[in-house]
Amino acid sequence: MTRRVWGFVLAGLLVSVLLAALVSPFASQAPDGLEKFAKDHRFAEKGEGRAAWQHPLMPDYKVAGVRNESVGTALAGIAGTLLVFGIAFGAAKLLSRRRAADSEPVGQK
Amino acid sequence: MHIPDGFLSAPVYAAGCAVSGAVCALAVARANRNLGEREVPLLGMTAAFVFAVQMLNFPVAGGTSGHFLGSTFAAVLLGPLNACLVMAVVLLIQCLGFGDGGLTALGANLFNMGIVGAIGGWLLFRALRAILPRSRWGFLASAGAASWAAVVIASAICAGELAASGTYPLRVALPAMAGVHALIGIGEAVITVAALSSVLAVRPDLIAAWDRTAKLKEARP
Repeated sequence: MTRRVWGFVLAGLLVSVLLAALVSPFASQAPDGLEKFAKDHRFAEKGEGRAAWQHPLMPDYKVAGVRNESVGTALAGIAGTLLVFGIAFGAAKLLSRRRAADSEPVGQK
Repeated sequence: MHIPDGFLSAPVYAAGCAVSGAVCALAVARANRNLGEREVPLLGMTAAFVFAVQMLNFPVAGGTSGHFLGSTFAAVLLGPLNACLVMAVVLLIQCLGFGDGGLTALGANLFNMGIVGAIGGWLLFRALRAILPRSRWGFLASAGAASWAAVVIASAICAGELAASGTYPLRVALPAMAGVHALIGIGEAVITVAALSSVLAVRPDLIAAWDRTAKLKEARP
């Protein structure tokens, strides 16, 4: 049963990586709903230079040092998608393992 | 709709962190007891899908773009509290890895873009599910409409947070934010319906909300 879930999961992950790699360079560069509202109403500068976290790995969803912007975005998309998968899977695995450990000594189920 | 650092006042972002932190703690406790072997890889895949599709901004009217949130989609697929975990991972990595959304605003962002859709959107989905025909189309229409509403409600709450922080008055922020997100929400509904109908076509047994309705049907005399 688990193996059949893995087939679906890997297919879904592949679709996600392909979307992040091949479609993200064509995504709209226009500001999103909140950014546009902030710009139009002149409070966007309140958020400039105020970042509390100064060390994002890939600022603006681009791998630094890649000359071609589309390639930089595609690489950031692939890396981010795999990173998110790894961390979410790892966290879920840890949570479910603790459950398994808890229920073992009881000897039921 | 990722709020950067500097838009929210300390009381507002502290309240966002407190509420989102409490919901995450509840989701972790629940996952600890209930997360099965099947859900573990599925949770990872859903987070990866939500992250990837959130990168794909689509244009809406007037030089504005919008993107998928995915929280209602995740809730229909995995259940509301597992969806909160998915959204927490996505937003944390967007913030720390990609500089999208402020670290101080992380709690507010998780509430707006994650919890509102995961819990509010899911409740709305359940309510619509009870009214609409118990068919494949009724299921997809419920999920689509709930995901649209979740985006609009999230934008209204975002406007409320800006107003409470003294950043911009509510009477202007609320109609402006809800108005543009009523359009962005259409994209959310289209992606939610497309993604759910794909899963429904190949593995309906993996959809938490579908499973439950199927069981209910069996239980009827």
